[in-house]
Amino acid sequence: MADSTALSKDSPAQVALVGNPNIGKTTLFNLLTGLRQRVGNYPGVTVSKKVGVLPLPKGTAELIDLPGTYSLAATSLDERIVVDVLSGQVPGLPKPNLVVCMIDATNVVRNLFLASQIAELEIPMIVLLNQWDLAQKQGLQIDIDLLEQRLGVPVIPCVATKKASATAVVDAIDNTLVSPKQLKPIDWPEAVTEATCTLRADMPEGVSESLSDAEIHRLLFDANSALAERLDWDDDTRRASVKKARRVVQSGGFNPMAAEPLLQYEHLNTLTESVVNRAGELPKQHSESIDRLLVHRGWGLAIFAAIMYVVFLSVYTGAGPMMDLIEWGKGSLQDWIAPMLSSTPMLQSLVVDAAIEGVGAFLVFLPQILVLFFFIALLEDTGYMARAAFLMDKMFSWCGLNGRSFVPLLSSYACAVPGIMATRTIEDPKARLATILIAPLMSCSARLPVYVLLIGAFIEPEHGPFVASLTLFAMHFLGLAVALPLVWLFNKFLLKTRPQPFVLEMPRYHVPKFADIAWRMWESGVEFVKRAGTVIFAITIIIWALLYFPHSSAVEEVTTQQFIAVQGLTLEQIQADEDQAAALGQAIDSAYLEQSWMGRMGRTVQPIFASAGFDWRITVGVLASFPAREVIISTLGVIYSLGGEVDEESHSLKDALKGATWHEGPLTGQAVFTIPVVMGIMVFFALCSQCGATLAIIKKEAGTSWAVFSFAYMTALAWLGAVLCFQIGNLLG
Amino acid sequence: MREVPLHLNETESQLQNLMDATLSTLPIGQAARVKAYDQCNATDQRLMVMGLIPGVEVRKIRVAPLGDPIAVEFDGRCVSLRRTEANSVRLESA
Repeated sequence: MADSTALSKDSPAQVALVGNPNIGKTTLFNLLTGLRQRVGNYPGVTVSKKVGVLPLPKGTAELIDLPGTYSLAATSLDERIVVDVLSGQVPGLPKPNLVVCMIDATNVVRNLFLASQIAELEIPMIVLLNQWDLAQKQGLQIDIDLLEQRLGVPVIPCVATKKASATAVVDAIDNTLVSPKQLKPIDWPEAVTEATCTLRADMPEGVSESLSDAEIHRLLFDANSALAERLDWDDDTRRASVKKARRVVQSGGFNPMAAEPLLQYEHLNTLTESVVNRAGELPKQHSESIDRLLVHRGWGLAIFAAIMYVVFLSVYTGAGPMMDLIEWGKGSLQDWIAPMLSSTPMLQSLVVDAAIEGVGAFLVFLPQILVLFFFIALLEDTGYMARAAFLMDKMFSWCGLNGRSFVPLLSSYACAVPGIMATRTIEDPKARLATILIAPLMSCSARLPVYVLLIGAFIEPEHGPFVASLTLFAMHFLGLAVALPLVWLFNKFLLKTRPQPFVLEMPRYHVPKFADIAWRMWESGVEFVKRAGTVIFAITIIIWALLYFPHSSAVEEVTTQQFIAVQGLTLEQIQADEDQAAALGQAIDSAYLEQSWMGRMGRTVQPIFASAGFDWRITVGVLASFPAREVIISTLGVIYSLGGEVDEESHSLKDALKGATWHEGPLTGQAVFTIPVVMGIMVFFALCSQCGATLAIIKKEAGTSWAVFSFAYMTALAWLGAVLCFQIGNLLG
Repeated sequence: MREVPLHLNETESQLQNLMDATLSTLPIGQAARVKAYDQCNATDQRLMVMGLIPGVEVRKIRVAPLGDPIAVEFDGRCVSLRRTEANSVRLESA
């Protein structure tokens, strides 16, 4: 472990990678750190933090990939993290020793804005001119020596996809860590300097010492700075002081709200004068010609629909073989292990029905997550995702979301878990939270078996295939129809969002790198397994215990005796006949379920569901389905003594449901599954939060209280929907 | 003598039109120069940071199929924004 080099003796040097969004930062990060990167969260917030080990000629450094941003003006959490990290305000993360500022060589002045702001934080810097090849193709001549001289820091031309660039960048980092150079910040006019002093003087004790001038400028210049949230400074007095300081800027003849960009750009224009020269006219951008087709007023939407169809279909069916393989693997493992533990039935059930089942239950989502993130990475890296948001924005803006919500919501139709993970592409935290809250309402593929079973058993035989498919469509549409008005309500009363701006740069189209896409898939897969896995596993064990215990052996004896009495056979005769033996086994399972804590809970809770027309059996099915809604099929199978191996196409289960009657109460003898009850069950499953994996991922992405809220509102909504269905259905006769 | 005031009136009405012109009302394909911002709120500041400052020439490229948002181009950057946001950007002829 001991290394004698100077760099690794102390803690490794911290190097931060910053730049505007979509300019190839992450590509370079992946190229520089390779497999030595890890993803986590910044303490206390859900912004993901990417850190990698950067090997240097002498020792190593830690490279932090910060979220892409245009300026230090922070309106969102993502942007605030950049200011916080660069000013050393994140607990446990020292102020970086070096900032690598990546700028787009085809737009030097606009990209230097961020660099010039960071210069005020007094951190050594390197400037990378990325897309150097494209700049040359466009006929731009950039005088690097002159720029380096004017900026006072190393300027490295670079192509983020090329290995040679990586070597040049590593050398520059190594050199600059040894002999640090800082970018000269702008000379503010006196009015701004004075305003900064005024504001500092007004600050409460403790606050003023902790802030640099650069951070004070954020409070002074930004319309609503997210920086204010971290200060221990009362809102009202802060606003009054900021207002006072802004008047000082105004008295110097500047509009305080426009002063920073105007002065910075004036400064940058002088700084870069005669650095960039263009040989000839700007050639036609090929992105524009692609856009003419892809975002065309007429067929733009048709192309978008076609692309989404392919994505959706791939997530839905493409993951199928892998999911089957996982199911098969799970089944074989269970079949292999079960006999070994047959001497201890409780352990057997724990391992086979809970542990393996539980691991399988969340691993089965992994293929869909990987397929979806393959497409998300592909759409983002090519530049199409921004266009999709542009096309879809109008549909979502009325309820307070923006176009970025479309892809996560659509993918939630396959499965809400990858859908919720995909909300990370939404920058605005409140729009993201709102999307997370409604994503589980989209009818995911796990609901399909319930629809298929009930429609096949009750709707199709009576009303024909047309009404059946219409019902299936209505069930898929219901979630979305409920979700958008709900978001409107959430935004108005709960999240209290102001209308969110939607200013989005359309990045240039470009060919994505396979390594970047593979990284995105890997990251999402690992995070899902690591974080959601544990919660799902725990929930599965709890439900198993509720279904298994108390498991008194008296149940088995009583059931066997009843069975013998009804069949009029001896125990030996039954055991000799395979069918009879199986029937006895199923009757025992069914009796155990009825006597289990879950069975008793079902009977206790049933009155709540009575107004939806559910009997205790349906109630147990509903309760047992909370960890994973698809469990309803096998639970109903156990309840109706068919064994757990039934599926939605199983005729015996359909017949059992059709034949089910009330055993007690005023309806004794009448059929349980009437059309209003059936519709009620389907609506319940369409709206209810019955997925441990989804709740685990909401907890991870938005926090425990939002996971609880999501569970509560969806379950209440589902109950209400089922009751309305049953009551209105009965009224209509 | 009568032609001069008439001419002036025309200029005035043209000026009036230009004063009313915003990025939202700019016809597709047309270019103009940014004159000022109405509010200088966070969205306006974001646009200025991206380089859409007074004096910069901006061209409206397209409108989304559903009528909103719009896409504009300045300094070789293509940016999408909503009409309500574009309303705040006042223009003068290029």
